[in-house]
Amino acid sequence: METILLFGPLVGAVICGFSWRLIGETAACAVATGFLFLSCLLSWITFLGFGGETEVRELFTWIASGTLDASWSVRIDRLTAIMLIVITSVSALVHLYSFGYMAHDDHFREGESYRPRFFAYLSFFTFAMLALVTADNLLQLFFGWEGVGVASYLLIGFYFRKPTAGAAAIKAFVVNRVGDFGFLLGIFAIYKLTDTINFDVILSTGPQLAETTISFLGYELNAANTIGMLLFVGAMGKSAQLFLHTWLPDAMEGPTPVSALIHAATMVTAGVFLVCRMSPIYEYAPYATNFIIIVGAATAFFAATVGLVQNDIKRVIAYSTCSQLGYMFVAAGVGVYSVAMFHLFTHAFFKAMLFLGAGSVIHAMHHEQDMRNYGGLRKKIPLTYAAMLIGTLAITGVGIPLTHIGFAGFLSKDAVIESAFAFGGGLGLYAFWALVVAACFTSFYSWRLIYLTFFGKPRGDKHAHDHAHESPMTMVAPLGVLAVGAVFAGMVWYQPFFGDHDRVNQFFGIPAHHAVEAHGEDHSDDHGVAETHEEDGHAEVAAHSEEADHGDEAVMAEAAHGDDAHDEGMDHAAAHADPEHADEMAAHHFEVVGAIHMAPDNHVMDDAHHSPNWVKVSPFIAMLIGFLTATYFYIIAPKTPARLAELFQPLYQFLLNKWYFDEIYNVVFVIPAMFIGRFFWKRGDGNVIDGGINGLAMGIIPWFTKMAGRAQSGYLFHYAFAMVLGIALLITIVTLSFGG
Amino acid sequence: MEQSLLSIVTFLPLVAAVVMALFLRGEDEAAQLGAKRMAFFVTTATFLISLAILVQFDPSNPGFQLVEEGEWMLGLTYKVGVDGISVLFVLLTTFLMPLVIAACWGVDHRVKEYMIALLLLESLMIGVFVALDLVLFYLFFEAGLIPMFLIIGIWGGANRIYASFKFFLYTFLGSVLMLVAMIAMYVDAGTTDIPTLLTHQFSAGTMEIMGMQVVGGMQTILFLAFFASFAVKMPMWPVHTWLPDAHVQAPTAGSVVLAAILLKMGGYGFLRFSLPMFPVASDLMAPFVMWLSVIAIIYTSLVAMVQEDMKKLIAYSSVAHMGYVTMGIFAANQQGIDGAIFQMISHGFVSGALFLCVGVIYDRMHTREIDAYGGLVNRMPAYALVFMLFTMANVGLPGTSGFVGEFLTLMGVFQVNTWIAVLAATGVILSAAYALWLYRRVVFGDLIKESLKSITDMTPRERLIFAPLIVMTLLLGVYPSLALDVIGPAVENLVHNYDLALEHFVPDTAVAATASH
Repeated sequence: METILLFGPLVGAVICGFSWRLIGETAACAVATGFLFLSCLLSWITFLGFGGETEVRELFTWIASGTLDASWSVRIDRLTAIMLIVITSVSALVHLYSFGYMAHDDHFREGESYRPRFFAYLSFFTFAMLALVTADNLLQLFFGWEGVGVASYLLIGFYFRKPTAGAAAIKAFVVNRVGDFGFLLGIFAIYKLTDTINFDVILSTGPQLAETTISFLGYELNAANTIGMLLFVGAMGKSAQLFLHTWLPDAMEGPTPVSALIHAATMVTAGVFLVCRMSPIYEYAPYATNFIIIVGAATAFFAATVGLVQNDIKRVIAYSTCSQLGYMFVAAGVGVYSVAMFHLFTHAFFKAMLFLGAGSVIHAMHHEQDMRNYGGLRKKIPLTYAAMLIGTLAITGVGIPLTHIGFAGFLSKDAVIESAFAFGGGLGLYAFWALVVAACFTSFYSWRLIYLTFFGKPRGDKHAHDHAHESPMTMVAPLGVLAVGAVFAGMVWYQPFFGDHDRVNQFFGIPAHHAVEAHGEDHSDDHGVAETHEEDGHAEVAAHSEEADHGDEAVMAEAAHGDDAHDEGMDHAAAHADPEHADEMAAHHFEVVGAIHMAPDNHVMDDAHHSPNWVKVSPFIAMLIGFLTATYFYIIAPKTPARLAELFQPLYQFLLNKWYFDEIYNVVFVIPAMFIGRFFWKRGDGNVIDGGINGLAMGIIPWFTKMAGRAQSGYLFHYAFAMVLGIALLITIVTLSFGG
Repeated sequence: MEQSLLSIVTFLPLVAAVVMALFLRGEDEAAQLGAKRMAFFVTTATFLISLAILVQFDPSNPGFQLVEEGEWMLGLTYKVGVDGISVLFVLLTTFLMPLVIAACWGVDHRVKEYMIALLLLESLMIGVFVALDLVLFYLFFEAGLIPMFLIIGIWGGANRIYASFKFFLYTFLGSVLMLVAMIAMYVDAGTTDIPTLLTHQFSAGTMEIMGMQVVGGMQTILFLAFFASFAVKMPMWPVHTWLPDAHVQAPTAGSVVLAAILLKMGGYGFLRFSLPMFPVASDLMAPFVMWLSVIAIIYTSLVAMVQEDMKKLIAYSSVAHMGYVTMGIFAANQQGIDGAIFQMISHGFVSGALFLCVGVIYDRMHTREIDAYGGLVNRMPAYALVFMLFTMANVGLPGTSGFVGEFLTLMGVFQVNTWIAVLAATGVILSAAYALWLYRRVVFGDLIKESLKSITDMTPRERLIFAPLIVMTLLLGVYPSLALDVIGPAVENLVHNYDLALEHFVPDTAVAATASH
């Protein structure tokens, strides 16, 4: 079933992309969509029927060289199951939506077939994304990682006639490659230390890695932190975190369904998924997680500030996505991975809906994307308006404070903010305030979007407004489905993601470590487990300094032991009803078991539950402030924004130009690279190397130039064969004379 | 039959070339077509026969197989055989040659000679990979220059004479030193038999030459002599400048053969001679070679970014990719060398295909200027798809063969030296930048140039040429074990012996080091 789920979209993509001439455009698109809905159905079956036990099905070997052995495989655990339903649900709905959205497109000429290509790319993307989340080793994850990157590249550049689309596509790919550069090095480092890149082993080596040093660029660094940082660089690229975020707003050049699927709900969350997947290592990498918190919070804040002043409806949502991804990283950084996944999960619904809603607006307004040319659309497109409104209520986090009743974003975002606070220390407070302020901004720009688009008087092209019309059912229906998710996803899944620690453990298949506390044995306290591993860790270090192989064997043996012990533990629990023993065994080797891992001394989630009420209420207040300000600015006193922009011109320009990141990067990276390239080419290759060698050669062998002159006249053949004979003769004589 | 399989594969094209030279007369269309058909038939037959090598080859055996040995003229020995390192290069050559012949179906100038040159070249290239005797190897290695020299010089572009002489000069001067080294090896070991030389230990004690201490002694000197030849062939920075010129001037078939096969002789040479025969010197020189490789990757990637000529851009990208190869080889561990060999095989398909892609539009527009194109996807969707696939393979996208080699070499190097690995890994960013930018300028955008308005998509012949390359690129990308299983045992053996040789040597270096103080 997992295999069908995974390969269905690929089959759909291939059929759709290559046989549309035979079966017709619409049929081809329908085939792709059909496979997606099949995948979606299977995903939900997998998700709902998932028992908590990790299942791995190995398909066949991919790259095997020496001790490196990576296979194509399907791994299903809770993390995967969550991602599966997010990916396939949104993707299926986006496929459906695209029937309407892509029906007519002014970017293509009359009679040009572009829809099968579009659907094929979408399905291919889905396949790559599924390959990413079902990976059982870092290499397959990297395959998916780059696969979604290339699908994103193709889809951003889908309107190939637009020069801006081509530029944005390259930018997306290259900036992602900067992240992949770090990711690759992270994989190499992991392999160097553990001799494998398969999850079942590396995820159990966190404690050892924390005790190991790796020599990297001449420094002796802590292995867990180094690996954590390198992998996070990859995550930063894919998830558009600060410094590597510049591609995401430009990616809006792609068709809007693409933005909803790839640049909101799925691909950009791959970085969060990676950090959660590697949680057993991040738990032992304090510096790396601190860095994640810093970057995540900074991104959440930065992107929200830029979102305040953008005028392109899709760019506002793009910056919003960027900002929300920052929230997820903060949650992962403080060690509450389940909350990161929770926000990822709810965000997928409401953000996809916002994008698809925006697409519906754009569709209605004949591909006008500038909000300054909207206004008063709520009567023209009421269903879209309703959807956007629900999306906005969800993203801004509307709910009843101090209860668990509210829109999806209310529960997940507040959980992130509470976790940040509970993390404590200066870093926790920094993240907390950055996120609260960002929440206020989020509320402001989200409502600003609603007011500019749906309220007030129609602005801009009158013709477009007169012809504005509600979108067809294929576009509205997905909005409706997503709306259900945006309203209820938070409330339904609050407990297993965050609300109840035991349910979280059960949900993610983590044997509860505090069960161990009940037993007064070796592992009676939380740190007992860690200590046991520290000893292993020391053995690791010693082994590595002597000879890599031994250390590697140790790790392997450890892992194998872990598996056995785990099975054994389960058997005991089942057959002999010996919970004490079972718990002990399970607790000892918990790393291998759960989909995510929280170290025994990680109490952030519990602390978050007990955070003071002002903390719990603050995001709500921030939301209210944002809402009221937006209402004042755009409904009550619509002249205020312009006046403020005038008043704070430099600040306004700074935000409008996105903190000048593009300009700075252009000056710092692009122009010098081109200059150096040209310099190496003309001066290095041209003057120094060619100049030197040609000069030498032509000087020493002047007759060669004479030969060059004659070469065209047929002497070349003679010369060449003389050369062969000469060589042969030379060798023969020399060897004979020496051989005697 | 079994006894002479390698010889048949090696000399079948040569025999055909001789037959063609002696019996095919006339310059009319029929004769031309006859020459092409015969060449295509012979190369295809060679490929099919060469498949028997793969069938008979036992991948689990790390030694030489299908060995043929016999007396040759003047007391020299004729000895051929293949092992896991060389067998795939033989197949790469025989696989590509029919495609190369098919790709120059449109040539109408001195067709017979062209076909003869290509057939001759095929024999000589296969000979390099199967030769198990120094003299034989040298003969094939050097003689291979001549048909290539002619192909560039006669069927090349406007500036072909300069390019062909530059090509010849560089590669020939490099090999003169190799010849001297080979003679020295013969004097030292008393044999030209490569398998015997592989077990011979060349002295590595520090020598004093003209007042200079030479650490690694004879090994170092021999290594450097071979290095001169192989480095030019690869080509490595800074002796790479002949390659862009040669590529630009060469006809499409020449470019394909040059990039796909001839460049691999350098890498093959390192693996056949430098590493196993001079392990101490290789170990001493490894940092130097790896740094040159890294410079090549970054330098030529940056240069590729500013090129205005498509072929030059791809040529520079080839140099960068060969940088991964040399880096992986001198990492001297399983992943590094596995990756290097895989990268060479993969690059054979990918760069060959990229030059064919340039050839497709060059045949139509007769220009390689990037600026002369733009918006080709409008009229050539199939071409756009093929070009995209190979661009992505060139960029090293996982799932294509280009990724496996890059990944493994970087992985191998990371185990040895993180600085080099980090710097080399910037290549993944730079390659994406130049390759996608090329693609965008040529294929994307609106089609506004008047000259391109009537350009036609690929013909069925062109599609058929690309089909096998696409299959191989994807197949090796998804299931690289097809190649890695063949390469693995031989490389394991090589690495094992290399490490063993270094272990044995340790005390001697220590002495030498203290002595030199």
